[in-house]
Amino acid sequence: MDCLRRIILRGAGASGALAMLLAAGSLRPIRVLASEWNRTAFDAKDTSGALRGIGGSALTENKEIVLKAPDIAENGAAVPVEIVSNIPNTSFLAVMVEKNPFPLSAAFDFGPGAVPEISLRLKVAQTSAIRAVAKTTDGKYYTTSKEVKVTIGGCAG
Amino acid sequence: MADPMKIRARLKGDVTEIRVLMSHPMESGQRKDNSGNAAPAHFIQTIRIAINGNAVIQGQTGTSVSRNPFFAFKVKGAKVGDTVSIGWVDSEGEQRVDETTIVAG
Repeated sequence: MDCLRRIILRGAGASGALAMLLAAGSLRPIRVLASEWNRTAFDAKDTSGALRGIGGSALTENKEIVLKAPDIAENGAAVPVEIVSNIPNTSFLAVMVEKNPFPLSAAFDFGPGAVPEISLRLKVAQTSAIRAVAKTTDGKYYTTSKEVKVTIGGCAG
Repeated sequence: MADPMKIRARLKGDVTEIRVLMSHPMESGQRKDNSGNAAPAHFIQTIRIAINGNAVIQGQTGTSVSRNPFFAFKVKGAKVGDTVSIGWVDSEGEQRVDETTIVAG
C-alpha cells in the first residue's frame, strides 16, 4: 500500500519524525502481502484472461471450497456470495462472475490468523456462473462454481 | 470525502467476525445516464484489514463489487479490545481508514 504510505508521509509534513522512524526500520511499511491493484487481471474480459492475471493456469475442481450464492437473484445489483475454503493452507481467494464484462470481481490475500473465507455482494449482469478460485501456499489453484440466475441485471448498479 | 465505514468486530470463541459496510458509488463505467453518456468508472481497488496495525487481509476489488460494498471476514487469535482498522483506496486515489475495537460476541 505504497500510496497510503506516501499520504501518511505527506501528512507528517516536515516533522521528520516519521521519516526517521522509517529510516530506522522501526516503522517499516507493511508490504508482507501484495496490495497493488492487479490491472491485468481486473481488466481481463474473460475468465481465462482473469485466471492468467492472478497467476493461475491449471485449476483443479475441488469441493472443499464452499461457494454459497442464491439459485435465483431477483436483483443482480447486489447478489450475496459467501466463499469458504476448507483446503489446508489456503492463502488467497478470488471470485469471478463469468459473464460480467470484467469477470474478476475481488481477490483477497490472507495473512497469518485470517480465516480463508469471505462474504460480499456482487453485481451480476446476467445469468452466469460465479466462480471461486483458491490458492494454497504451495502455489496450487483450486476452483468451484455455481450458476446464479438473474431476473434483473446488475449492469446499471 | 466518503462517509465513514460501519465496522463491527465480534469475538466468538477464538474467531473474530469482522463485518464492514463501505460507502462508495462503485461506478462500473458501464452505466449510462439519460442522455446515453457512460458514467466514468470510479470504484474501490484495494482494501486492507489490520489488527493492532498488522495487516491480516489485503483485498483487491473490481467493478463487479456492489455499490456501498459489504464484506465479512474472520480472523483467529485476536482479543476483545484489539483494534481493527480497515482502509480502502479507490480508482481516483481517494481513500478512507476507519477503525473499531473488538467486542465480545
